[in-house]
Amino acid sequence: MTERKKVVVFDYGFGNVRSAERALARAGAEVEITGDYDTAMNADGLLVPGVGAFAACMTGLRKARGDWVVERRLAGGRPVMGICVGMQILFGRGIEHGVEAEGLDEWPGTVGPLKADVVPHMGWNTVEAPGDSRLFAGLPAEARYYFVHSYAVHDWELRTTNPAMAAPRVTWATHGERFVAAVENGPLWATQFHPEKSGDAGAQLLTNWISTL
Amino acid sequence: MSLAVRVIPCLDVDGGRVVKGVNFQNLRDAGDPVEMAKVYDAEGADELTFLDITASSGDRETTYDVVRRTAEQVFIPLTVGGGVRTTEDVDRLLRAGADKVGVNTAAIARPELIREISERFGSQVLVLSVDARRCPEGTVTPSGFEVTTHGGRRGTGIDAVQWAHRAAELGAGEILLNSMDADGTKDGYDIAMVGAVRKHVTIPVIASGGAGKLADFAPAVEAGADAVLAASVFHFGDLRIGQVKNALREAGHPVR
Repeated sequence: MTERKKVVVFDYGFGNVRSAERALARAGAEVEITGDYDTAMNADGLLVPGVGAFAACMTGLRKARGDWVVERRLAGGRPVMGICVGMQILFGRGIEHGVEAEGLDEWPGTVGPLKADVVPHMGWNTVEAPGDSRLFAGLPAEARYYFVHSYAVHDWELRTTNPAMAAPRVTWATHGERFVAAVENGPLWATQFHPEKSGDAGAQLLTNWISTL
Repeated sequence: MSLAVRVIPCLDVDGGRVVKGVNFQNLRDAGDPVEMAKVYDAEGADELTFLDITASSGDRETTYDVVRRTAEQVFIPLTVGGGVRTTEDVDRLLRAGADKVGVNTAAIARPELIREISERFGSQVLVLSVDARRCPEGTVTPSGFEVTTHGGRRGTGIDAVQWAHRAAELGAGEILLNSMDADGTKDGYDIAMVGAVRKHVTIPVIASGGAGKLADFAPAVEAGADAVLAASVFHFGDLRIGQVKNALREAGHPVR
């Protein structure tokens, strides 16, 4: 048996860290919940959860030096995965209730209100993943994932012109309008939905991520 | 493809035990909410709801323990309601592993509680439970539906539709609309009530109360429900989750 990959669920006060911990453990990782800088830096994978308001999450993340952890890990090519608001804060900015907050700006783009008849977008929805997606490998097109959010990224703005760099794989979903449901971009992956709450499909997805660590 | 209609079984839990009898095969302990949660998960439930009806606050510890053990083994969203009065109650349930928390009577007494919870934890954690009935003779609200307390025995004079609308404005993420007239009758959901609330709120609405047969579910969705909740028909094995989903699918509604 190969050694289990060590994953840290970054604890900065936002997100159901226990659910993430259990789901990752079920998917075969050795998991630790911590906000400790060095532990988070040294793990094979770092998972950044997030719920609630974009601005509050960013404030909490900065307080815990999570912005540095993410930045430094990515600089060294070390895998990071953001979930829900943990994905949204990877973009340039978030606009909630007309208030604009700065994100980590790993990707250009804006998180804005999702326009649909019924919001929050709450429940199980399908996604359109690119055929070469590693995150969704082995998952059927009709698989559903659990979403809970009122804000979303409507446009993927990162333009990769250098042919030597792998193009990011962007997965979309639709509720009222089309939005970014997941991204795989080098060591930085993210999902708008909650794989830790998405039953067997979510477990497969986390296993896929862990297998890349 | 679009968002699937959620089918949500609800378990009444008292002192850490499932209240209503269940008769499933291969179940070591039918009174254990965790065992029941696993069965429903395996059958394809889209979410689970625990309604904690524990009377004494001293027994609340057992509820947290049940939530903790369930969240360890079930990887679908879990809502816990019953007796939630403060943001501290919400915090404890979320820390134990609940994804959403149901608030009912305490919000009627003090609507600001909705804002406090949604500001601290986000509106996605807050399910406002509304126990409503058709106005009895002598009381009239604009919509004809009235909010009740004490298991439907006491009217409040508050209009159910206006209350749902106000709760959404205060930050509720979802409305669990329970018809106290239909509850327990197995005669179907109160479709008119679902439709009336749907017209006035843009947050998700869960229809509850009255489900008795497979044909009862689609009309609730057609009236505007985003999710359908049932308790006894599932507990007693009258209907299985998969059957309900098939019935919804045949009626043209997307399910997981």
